[in-house]
Amino acid sequence: MITLSIFTNIHQWLLGLLQNELGVHILELTLIALAYLGLFAIIGLLLVWLERRVAGFFQLRLGPNRVGPIGLFQTLADALKLVSKELTGTDQADKFLYRLAPYFVIVTALISMSIIPFSQEIQVFDINIGVFFFISISSLGVIGIFLAGWSSNNKYSLIGGMRTGIQMVSYELSVGMVIVTMVILSGTLQISQIIALQQHTWFIFQGHISALIAFMVMMIAATAETNRTPFDLVEAESELGAGFHTEYSGMNFAYFFLAEFINMFLSAAIIVVLFFGGWLSPFGITAGIPFMGIFWFTIKVTGIIFLFMWFRWTFPRLRVDQILTLEWKYLLPINMVNIVLMALLVWLGLTF
Amino acid sequence: MGEFLTDNIKTQEYFLNMGPQHPATHGVLRLLLQLDGEVVENLDLDLGYVHRSIEKMCERLSYPQIIHLTDRLDYLSSHMNNEAVALAVEKGLGIEVPDRVKVIRTMMAELTRISSHALWWGVMGMDIGALTAFMYGFRERELINDIFEETCGARLTMNYNMVGGVRYDLHKNFQQKVKDFIKHARKKLPEYDTLLSNNIIFRKRLQGVGAIDKENAILNGLSGPTARGSGVSCDIRKIHPYSAYDRVQFNEITFPEGDSYARYRVRIREMWESLSILEQLVDNIPEGDHKVKTKAILKLPAGDYYQKVESARGEFGVYIVSTGEKFPSRVKFRSPNFANLSALSKMAKGFKIADVVAILSTIDIVVPDIDR
Repeated sequence: MITLSIFTNIHQWLLGLLQNELGVHILELTLIALAYLGLFAIIGLLLVWLERRVAGFFQLRLGPNRVGPIGLFQTLADALKLVSKELTGTDQADKFLYRLAPYFVIVTALISMSIIPFSQEIQVFDINIGVFFFISISSLGVIGIFLAGWSSNNKYSLIGGMRTGIQMVSYELSVGMVIVTMVILSGTLQISQIIALQQHTWFIFQGHISALIAFMVMMIAATAETNRTPFDLVEAESELGAGFHTEYSGMNFAYFFLAEFINMFLSAAIIVVLFFGGWLSPFGITAGIPFMGIFWFTIKVTGIIFLFMWFRWTFPRLRVDQILTLEWKYLLPINMVNIVLMALLVWLGLTF
Repeated sequence: MGEFLTDNIKTQEYFLNMGPQHPATHGVLRLLLQLDGEVVENLDLDLGYVHRSIEKMCERLSYPQIIHLTDRLDYLSSHMNNEAVALAVEKGLGIEVPDRVKVIRTMMAELTRISSHALWWGVMGMDIGALTAFMYGFRERELINDIFEETCGARLTMNYNMVGGVRYDLHKNFQQKVKDFIKHARKKLPEYDTLLSNNIIFRKRLQGVGAIDKENAILNGLSGPTARGSGVSCDIRKIHPYSAYDRVQFNEITFPEGDSYARYRVRIREMWESLSILEQLVDNIPEGDHKVKTKAILKLPAGDYYQKVESARGEFGVYIVSTGEKFPSRVKFRSPNFANLSALSKMAKGFKIADVVAILSTIDIVVPDIDR
């Protein structure tokens, strides 16, 4: 079931070294887990830095530019500060759930990352129900946020947690239905195959009208899923202070913060996989060169992430009833019609 | 199912303390919200966290000294506050100030109004969740503050007015800088509309939210843009012109809707009107003295004096009771924010938490002016 498509040579070498199939597997999985933890932190820190720089340019200022080249180490310094801070909590908090919540959020983000294909060679977990696995795991993250809101024993946190509940559950539906739409086009759930099918034309062009609608819906739903403006009611700064993580400090807070950015990366990655051909190069210009996938994947994901950031630094925040109206009265019907439309397109062979 | 709900899961109203430390209360104001889920059932206000007994302090200060304290009331319209006291004392002493002073005061007041509204616009955006607006508002504000700094040395609490005139003459760059600013603002103010006013989310957040009709607006003693958003014509500059307002053409902006979006539009349009006032005056600053000589110790004749001006937030009034001493017997400031805030519970009832923030933002309060 587990397909480790990376570095067969290393596998052979380790096998020769240990002479034990199971031992090699365990060693490999540990190494990969460590590598991904590192990657996780690096992506998180880079995205925080990018967000602040982008925000700076949108807001007529510079953003971090003192620590390291163009301020690259600023987030590292901030992370160090957070590590050194005391972990405080409220007196009457439900201690167990309160401590558990940040790990819930970060672990689900980390698990979801295992199916992300960074290039043809680098994908840990090419499971045959790939995209389905992605939605099922990422929707677990909401539990962590909800727990944090509930266990903090703070009304602001509680309101934030309640808002998460209604928002995530609603928009989960849209993300799911968009993925169903694209699966109708691809005919497979496996991520490597979805990408392989886009060898000649990306899905956004293959499915033209329907895929375009799906893409727009996905952009909105993914923004809502990651709790970013205009859907950041969960931590609405001007209303709830910091929402569900009001009472968290130090690394516990950093986990929430990091998970938010990782979730944004994951959403962008899944959008890239579903619509823009994952790590494939445009027109196959670097088709033969190994590891060029990383380059193209990074470029595409950064583009989508930039769009998310653009939303965040441009739009005001929606109100809680408006969020539900948008989902249940507009996005969901559009999605349902779009699924039928996509099915028709595929059935009549109108795709490119 | 119904039985299960009523027996085991109950909903109950709860109280939420918003403030005194809360990002949306613009200072130290405490709102007590009685909530049903997200819906505001009732709203109570708790004031007085920055009470400094300024009115009482005024009873032990001479008239020129009182002017300095008024800076700290509504610090965003400090010039207008100063002007109100200066005008009241001048009226009491029968001092006629030169035309130049009148024009300078008017221009400074209008610059202050634009800078205050620009800041309000930025903070408004931030309260609604559009953080970028804040920086754009500050862009215009900085230019105005630079103009202030050149002429009177201070950027916010200017202390520029004094009894009988203004403290310093205009800086030689003043006219050119104001002209540059007008040109800059005419180009940049449309960006405010692009970024927020025309944004569908922003409109939906404000339209129909926190409406108050004309009758209730008058009953609550609202003034300034907050009242004009409900269609109340209450611009002191029009009704009781002071300084140089009788010699400039400008429109009083009113909108009949009474909701948050109407209040928002009033302020946006007022910035344009202020620009036009500045434009009319900038080339017509009369020559002459910037102050008249007054006695060293000012003693108002016994009696009471009232002077009101239109500050950036509404009608700012100064009521001085004098017994003929060099200190006033009693000073009372009629602050626009206090009256405006009184309507909040009427406006916010039945709306959601997020709306309370939006409504509070469109009332545009400055807490030190409320507590005094």
